[in-house]
Amino acid sequence: MSMTTSAKTTSAQTTSASAAGSESDAASPSMTVGSPLATPSGFAAAWMLAKREWVRFFRQRNRVVAAIVQPLLFWVLFGTGLRGSFEGAGGQDFLQFFLPGTVALIVLFTAIFATISVIEDRREGFMQAVLVAPVGRWPVLAGKVLGGGAIAWVQAALFLVLVFAFGTAPLGLSVLPLMGLLAVLALAMCGLGMIVAWPMDSTQGFHAIMMLGLMPMWLLSGAFFPVPAAGEQSLGWGQLLLGGIMRANPLTYGLAEMRHLLYPSVDFAAQGFAPSSITNWTVSVLFMVGMLTLAWILMRGSKKADLVA
Amino acid sequence: MPQSNPPVSPLAASIVVQNVRHCYGEREALRGVDLEVSAGQIFALLGPNGSGKTTLFRLISTLMPLQSGQMTVAGAAVSDVMAVRSRIGIVFQSPSLDKKLTVDENIACQAALYGLSGAAMRSRRDQVLQLVGLTDRRAELCERLSGGLKRRVELAKGMLHRPSVLLLDEPSTGLDPGARLDLWEALRAMAADGMTILLTTHLLEEADKADRLAILAEGQVIAEGSPDELQAELGEGLITVVSDDPAATEQIIREQLGVTVQRVQQQIRIQCPQPAALVPQLAEHLGASARSITVGRPGLEDVFIAKTGHRFWASADTQDE
Repeated sequence: MSMTTSAKTTSAQTTSASAAGSESDAASPSMTVGSPLATPSGFAAAWMLAKREWVRFFRQRNRVVAAIVQPLLFWVLFGTGLRGSFEGAGGQDFLQFFLPGTVALIVLFTAIFATISVIEDRREGFMQAVLVAPVGRWPVLAGKVLGGGAIAWVQAALFLVLVFAFGTAPLGLSVLPLMGLLAVLALAMCGLGMIVAWPMDSTQGFHAIMMLGLMPMWLLSGAFFPVPAAGEQSLGWGQLLLGGIMRANPLTYGLAEMRHLLYPSVDFAAQGFAPSSITNWTVSVLFMVGMLTLAWILMRGSKKADLVA
Repeated sequence: MPQSNPPVSPLAASIVVQNVRHCYGEREALRGVDLEVSAGQIFALLGPNGSGKTTLFRLISTLMPLQSGQMTVAGAAVSDVMAVRSRIGIVFQSPSLDKKLTVDENIACQAALYGLSGAAMRSRRDQVLQLVGLTDRRAELCERLSGGLKRRVELAKGMLHRPSVLLLDEPSTGLDPGARLDLWEALRAMAADGMTILLTTHLLEEADKADRLAILAEGQVIAEGSPDELQAELGEGLITVVSDDPAATEQIIREQLGVTVQRVQQQIRIQCPQPAALVPQLAEHLGASARSITVGRPGLEDVFIAKTGHRFWASADTQDE
């Protein structure tokens, strides 16, 4: 929402800026100085920056391999290793229970690693050239978020293809809303990544944030263990606190919905914490909007980050 | 349609700086700078490190907001950020290339940021690559290029959208002498086409090649003019005396010859129109106390010394960049 309004103001500024601009003859062989060019379109710039994320991703082979193999490894190792000690909702084994968590892990880490490259961009000077271009800042955010989000989204889809091929989860029509949900989560995570990365000047600082903030956020989303159900007599205060934190975590709702869409036939409501689909979607979409808005406010605010030391 | 005279009015293509001050917290980096650069000129901002030239460059290139004073770039006030940005091209001192992209892709990226696309973009790209001599390397990843070639890609990026003002921050950093000559040839060609070029440099010999230059020291313009004008101010000749006891030598010259001198570290410098007549007298009066007596035409470093009283390189103690 805030993205569109700001887009309008920015392009309005640029329109007035180069009002009399007309395309000078491109066929002219010499480098003549022309009148200002046609108004640069923020969308074209955002598209180019998003494309750049893709090209960069595929040129760094180790990133591609790690992105596919690591979650797969996680899933198979944890899934098989913890199978015996787990009794899940709806008679699921841990391999099945852990599947949505693995998908969330892919989306979370790919999206955040893609956006974290903004630190590198700034250090290598690429960002400085982008920030002095006559397009304003929103294409920078849009490019990063859409590019990084698309990488995460496609990667999660590839993983799901494997899952369906092996028959761990049934393939049905619910795969369509599932892909939609993954897109929402990917964009939300990219927004979160930008919030973390934009004020930082080193990737070291980012690792601290990741271990202290992002890992727990994933662990406490119901990805690794179920949310303790409220109102049960046997719960100690520790578990009540844990349940409270997990309910306050917006990712929990995305995960609950993902679980529901992956296994449409299982009735999770009978088994414990299972908010309604409407709640899940509302929280997830609000989470995305909130993250992107915050990222935009942050980017527009800090002028300090423009300068390369 | 004639292509040699682009319709750019002199006013629209120049830079006007009036009484600009800038502080970083307590420290004053610019203390009232006035400058005027007219269209089609190559203008050099010369100054040692910490003289304020990078600050001035950042203000002109809209990287930092103006704190006080007035500044117009290519006919627009710098506060009108988007208008200025669409008319200027910037080549930063620090690299701005994406190393994982090819030369072509880097330039396409820049094109999208400046509203160029399709066939217009491709023909423009061919032109700039030819101009900087990179046509045969265009498909290579930037990380494989040498430092000098990377600078040329930067230059190609800066002039891609045919800005009326091109700003370059220390453009010849990392270039070998041959590449420097090529760079200047390209700059000359663009200036001849009506582009205004402003560059910062801490190299005296580079500033010497500009049409006009301003020398910055401690946040102020201490001299402005063409290199010849500035050097002519100092007269035709310059005598430099090096001695082990400069204070005593200075006294001898002052009292016995009645000449005004300037002492810079171990050196004593005398400006005079006819050095040939003075040298034998100096040799006679100083005798063995003078290690050397040198005669030369004043260069830009001498202009700097004459204006500030210290050597160009020695004044970097307030280094802050």
